[in-house]
Amino acid sequence: MTRDRIELLLSIADDELFLGWRNSEWTGIAPFLEEDVAFSSIAQNEIGHARALYELAAAELGTTADELAFDRKPEEYRCAPLVQLRRLEWARTIARHWLYETADEIRLAALKASDDPEIAGVAAKIDREEAYHRMHAEMWIDRLLASEEGRARLNEAMDELWPYALGVLDDELRPELRRRAQERLGRTLADVEPIPRGVHEAELAELWQEMTAVRRSAPAGSQW
Amino acid sequence: MIYEVFRQERRGQPFQHAGSLTAPDTRFAEIYAREQYGRRQESVALWLVPREAVREIDDFPDEFDLKYRRVDGYSIKTRLREARERAGTLETAPGAEE
Repeated sequence: MTRDRIELLLSIADDELFLGWRNSEWTGIAPFLEEDVAFSSIAQNEIGHARALYELAAAELGTTADELAFDRKPEEYRCAPLVQLRRLEWARTIARHWLYETADEIRLAALKASDDPEIAGVAAKIDREEAYHRMHAEMWIDRLLASEEGRARLNEAMDELWPYALGVLDDELRPELRRRAQERLGRTLADVEPIPRGVHEAELAELWQEMTAVRRSAPAGSQW
Repeated sequence: MIYEVFRQERRGQPFQHAGSLTAPDTRFAEIYAREQYGRRQESVALWLVPREAVREIDDFPDEFDLKYRRVDGYSIKTRLREARERAGTLETAPGAEE
C-alpha cells in the first residue's frame, strides 16, 4: 500500500517537475513576449505541483522534497517519456501541453476520488490551478485548428506524440484520453503501442545533468 | 490587438493603469493579463480594455489665460502671507519661523 502510494506520488511529481523544466526552456524565446511570460508562469506552477507531491512522499520516506527532486539517479525517475522530450518546436509544444493537461485532468479526477484524504486534497488543489493551464492549452488548440497550416502542423505533432501521451496514464484511463483527443481533433488517432512510464529517453539523462548541476556542485546539507 | 490593463490592488480601491499587452483576441488577452498582472497575487481584479475602446482627449484650449480656474492658479501660500502681513499677525502665525 505504502509502496504503491509513494510510487504514485513520485510518478506524478516527476511528470510535473520534468514538464515544468521542459516548458521553461521557452523562457526568453517563446513566440512573443506575452506568451513567454504566460508559458514560463505555467512552467513554474508545474514545479510547484511537483514540490507539493514530493513533500507528501518525503514525509513518508523521511526525506525532503529537494532530495527527491534532485538527488536520485536518472534511472530512478518515474516520469512519462512524454515529458522527457527536449524543447519541441511550437506546434509540438502546444500538442504536448494539451495532451499532458488532458491526461492530467483525467488522472486528477481519479485522484480526487481517492479515499486517501491527503492525496485527494492535493489533487483538488493542483486541479484548481491546472484549470488555467487547460484554458491556455485549449485556446491555442482552437487557434491552430482555425487555419489550414495550423491544423496540419498540429495534426502532425499529435500523431507523433500520441504514443507518448498514452504512456502518461495507466491502462484503464487511456480510453478516456483517446475519446477526448479524438473528439477535440475531430478525427481518429492511430491504434499504437503506448510508450510507457519507466522508459528513459536519452534526453532524460541530459536534462538531469542540467537540472541537478547546482545541487551537485554544493556539498550535501548546504543551506540556501 | 493591444489591450490596456487596469489592476485593483485591494477590494474597494480604484483600478489603476498597470500596462498594456498584445494578444490576438480577448481570450488570449485574458490569459496573458492573468499571468502578467495576477500571478504574484498582486491584484484582486483586472480590467481589460481594447485600446480602440479608449477615447483619448488631449486638447484643452485656454485662449484667455483663465488662471483662476486652474488648480495651481493661485499660490495660497503667497496670498496667506499677504493677508497676515495686512493683519499684522505674520510673526505669530503657525509655521512663521519657516
